[in-house]
Amino acid sequence: MRIDVRVISMGYAEGEAIVSKKPISFYGDVDPKTGIIKDKKSDIYGESISGKIFIFPTGRGSTVGSYILLNLKKNKAAPLAIVNVKTDAIIAVGAIIAEIPLVDKPSVDLMNIVKTGDYVRVFAQNKGWIEID
Amino acid sequence: MFLSKDEEKLLESDNYTIRKCMEILVAIGKIFDADRLIEIKSAQVSGISYDNIGDAGVEWLESLNAKVKVPTLCNPAGMDLIRWREMGIDEDFYEKQMRVINALKELGVSMSLTCTPYYLVETNYGDHLAWAESSAIVYANSVIGARTNRESGITALASAIIGKTPNYGLHIKENRAPDVRVIVDKEIDPAIAGYETGRIVEDKIPFVEFKKKPNSDGLKAFGAALAASGGSPMFHAKEITPEWEDFEIPSEKIVIDGLKQENCEPDLIAIGCPHLSKEELKVVYDLLSKMGRVKRTLWIFTSRNIVQENKELVKKIESLGAKVFSDTCMVVSPATRRFECVMTNSGKALEYLPKTKNVRAIFGNLRECIEVATK
Repeated sequence: MRIDVRVISMGYAEGEAIVSKKPISFYGDVDPKTGIIKDKKSDIYGESISGKIFIFPTGRGSTVGSYILLNLKKNKAAPLAIVNVKTDAIIAVGAIIAEIPLVDKPSVDLMNIVKTGDYVRVFAQNKGWIEID
Repeated sequence: MFLSKDEEKLLESDNYTIRKCMEILVAIGKIFDADRLIEIKSAQVSGISYDNIGDAGVEWLESLNAKVKVPTLCNPAGMDLIRWREMGIDEDFYEKQMRVINALKELGVSMSLTCTPYYLVETNYGDHLAWAESSAIVYANSVIGARTNRESGITALASAIIGKTPNYGLHIKENRAPDVRVIVDKEIDPAIAGYETGRIVEDKIPFVEFKKKPNSDGLKAFGAALAASGGSPMFHAKEITPEWEDFEIPSEKIVIDGLKQENCEPDLIAIGCPHLSKEELKVVYDLLSKMGRVKRTLWIFTSRNIVQENKELVKKIESLGAKVFSDTCMVVSPATRRFECVMTNSGKALEYLPKTKNVRAIFGNLRECIEVATK
């Protein structure tokens, strides 16, 4: 299945999806060393976003979150790509400086289509789309 | 968002820093539906204290290679660059903080190290800016009538390097209208009025009616506390601020009562959040000279620029036992952590000290702070 998206940070990635239905603050919610979700209120608490396509609705919280994405990248614990329903400035800036592909505004109701474990390809160039196997 | 041919070329620049900065501005423009980029008069960058940005931040700043296009100032660091030992800062922190400072200097950022850039860079009504310090954003928008969104450290730096910002939010007049009417009783200190208003209005723009009109230092204290406890980018004050008559007065009305606070015995009295103006420094000296020598730790924070312009005054204040530090403040320096109870005249510090430094904080107006310090 192919879904059109808006490109915020360019690149290509493919891998397994990890899906959260709640907004994410990288500052506080995510362990910057391992990529494991440490926010107990999260629906993916204890799971890792490292090496996966991280799909969630939007961001929240402190602007320090941009630096956490950079930290994750340096620690080789970053997600391969991020897909949001509607992204925010903190995640956008973090993804750009950490060179993580980021897309948002999917043309369909993505959160009810994609599940953790699905294989996803993210095409983020001048045009953007994702493919779900 | 529309980009001119020259702007499009920057996205293909050979210089990685310029390319990244442009990508950041385009992304922000997309997210907020900006129609184009507009030129800015100045930029002001936050996230200077090593305590806030950590190793990843230092390394990222060091990886950049470009020069800022407009006058660019920066927020306080985690220590006084000269008297850091007196603050109890260790060598390791000093070295990391200096790496941040040197990386910013390489980019052409002037080492103002203050949260009050409006005392240093000429800022006029209608100017477009990209500022990141929350209290300075409120002051510029509200008291001066200049226009800036609430930038992050990174977006402000990207704007400084490109010389532009996406045109959205508070750059557009109609988005500057007030959302809620706030009545402040005459007894309440402006810092506390701001603190209480912020908690209620959150990130909305209040239209404030002060029964006793504050001076510009009072408006500064009000705005800093408003932005800290709530997140508002600006306010209008009836018969005071330049845009107060430009919009309809909101119908929703709230009344601000005083603050109810628990007590603790202060082991630090901290003044200067935001950094003191020349006038405030004089008031501090007048109070101190009446009340006598300082008997507890009294730290006063202002910009190095203000210290250099008022050397005699600073010497007199210090001869009475207070310390006047520059380049830093109680909110961004790790030095505040070793105290247990801080008394401050700042609504902003009252909000952040317990959250970020794990100390108790109580409010006293300037006179009460000096009284307790000399008792």
